[in-house]
Amino acid sequence: METRRSFLGGLLAFGASTVGALLAIPLARFSLDPLWRTTSEVLWSDVGAAADFASITAPMKVQVAIEQRDGWRKVLSEKPVYVVKAIDGRPKVLSAVCPHLGCSVGWSDAKGQFVCPCHNGAFAPDGGLLSGPPPRGMDQLDARIEGGRLQVRYQYFRQLVPTREVLA
Amino acid sequence: MRGLVDWLDRRTGIRGLLHQALDEPIPGGARFAYVFGSGLLFLFLSQVVTGVFLALYYVPSADHAHTTVAYIVKEVSSGSFIRSLHVYGSSAMIIVLLLHIGQTILFGSYKRYRELLWLAGCVLFALILGMAFTGYLLPWDQKAYFATAVGTNILTEVPLVGGWLKQFVRGGTDLGTLAISRFFVAHVFLLPAAVFAFVGAHVFLFRKAGAAGPPVPVQPEKTESFYPRQVLMDIAFTAVLILALGLLAWLVPAELGPEANAADTRFLPRPEWYYVPVFQWLKYWPGSRAVVGIVVIPTVIAALFALLPLIDRGGERRPWRRPFSIGGFAVVMAALVALGVQSHVEDERDPAIARQLSVQHDAVKAFMSEAFEPEVAAGSLKVENAALANPVVAHGKAIFAAQACDACHGADARGTDSAPSLIGVAAKYPSGQLKQVIKTPNAKMSDGGMQPLDAPDPDIDALVAYLESLK
Repeated sequence: METRRSFLGGLLAFGASTVGALLAIPLARFSLDPLWRTTSEVLWSDVGAAADFASITAPMKVQVAIEQRDGWRKVLSEKPVYVVKAIDGRPKVLSAVCPHLGCSVGWSDAKGQFVCPCHNGAFAPDGGLLSGPPPRGMDQLDARIEGGRLQVRYQYFRQLVPTREVLA
Repeated sequence: MRGLVDWLDRRTGIRGLLHQALDEPIPGGARFAYVFGSGLLFLFLSQVVTGVFLALYYVPSADHAHTTVAYIVKEVSSGSFIRSLHVYGSSAMIIVLLLHIGQTILFGSYKRYRELLWLAGCVLFALILGMAFTGYLLPWDQKAYFATAVGTNILTEVPLVGGWLKQFVRGGTDLGTLAISRFFVAHVFLLPAAVFAFVGAHVFLFRKAGAAGPPVPVQPEKTESFYPRQVLMDIAFTAVLILALGLLAWLVPAELGPEANAADTRFLPRPEWYYVPVFQWLKYWPGSRAVVGIVVIPTVIAALFALLPLIDRGGERRPWRRPFSIGGFAVVMAALVALGVQSHVEDERDPAIARQLSVQHDAVKAFMSEAFEPEVAAGSLKVENAALANPVVAHGKAIFAAQACDACHGADARGTDSAPSLIGVAAKYPSGQLKQVIKTPNAKMSDGGMQPLDAPDPDIDALVAYLESLK
């Protein structure tokens, strides 16, 4: 009698655990969803018709609309970028955020270089570091041409370090 | 294994507890008639678990509730399945609750020494109905909003304090974001806490009184312990519930309608099936008689129901010797079914109502087939304004108004009854096609009344730029 009872008990425990584990699968998928979701992935933003930038001689400032997904909401913002003269036909887009302390870098037609208004960091027309306290040149953003439109992936980069590190 | 149990037993007395729980005597032996209580307990726990998980994403506020539920349904892995389990679980609880009550009344097991057990059950019945009512509003779609508007309106019929009561429940004169907060607090904190407390009382009182056994004593007298046969029967019933709910949630996912729009005066609210009889009943009590039908009669029925053990007090438990208890319950149930059927028949018969209900049905289907649209965060840049900074787009917008496109397509091209919204139209007609259909509309557009646009090319290009900016 005692053996039969414990055998049945074991069978019940096994059955209950199996069903419980089966039911746990959707619950686990549900709660772990953000782990395999790429909502934080930066979307491509439109800069303008690629043809408009084909023959520029000086860097051109463009405000791009940025869309970031945050769960069930999206945050829209506008950031300035510089489209600079293409090298070997590939578009080059620079972030206007100074790699020193994050001020907004401006283009000076008179000097023919980028100048950061905060600490006088100076950058070449292609974004390379010329002089001043910034530890590196201006940060290049991923850019591509899709259907004749220039698109950019806007990202932020760590300040005060000599290499370009993307911030999450 | 035995060593582990010994170790635990010395510290917790688990063997004694298990013995108490499993070796409870059941007079007359195990029966499938006794499985409903365990089934309800399982369903309640399932509601708690799925509810807690839903709360990982849900936000109780009028401006986010619908978006977050849509996110759960359309984006989150297994989200639709978990929400469906929760939605259908509430219906399952009502069904099993009625079976549980029916069995108790049929077997007369509310009698002698079980009056408090019955009363605790009555409170649980009311709490479960409250859970269903408060949960219904939370998705904040059209049917949730309008059904709850009707439901809370009933409160005004309560004498003296009616108006005040309605305002208290809604958190204002209208149904708004404060109502969601209140319903949410009731649904996830107050009512579940009360359910836990009364389930505890119900089970305690049940164990104190002992199982009632069959109404006609079995000859020869036999008694069997709860374990194993009754446990197995309870588990078998629970397995049926799991299977039924799981299949239903998987094959027919619960739907979510378009977001609540208080301004939609055409919307016809229809409650969840278990409240349809009440909904139909209200139709028969207009104006000054309403208080009789909405307050007096339900209160009398509820009081008779709750006080049943005190009214039907004799020792007699055989159903055929208790015609009033059994008959009364049967009449109320039959009346509820008849009201439900009548409501359905009336909806089908009136062509205007049938048409509107089918429009609403189509709106739900259309919303469900749309991709999830994230909510634009507060403080976000207004994209349309940003686009209008572009002079060409701004010129296009001026042409949109000058050519009276907005007469049919609406201000800001958001659409009217006579022509669709043009938001996102560029995706439908990529590169050049948009310009083409503006100059020469296709057959479907012409049938809808669309005129070819006769304007200089630069103007049409500006118009296209404006339409392309609508996202």
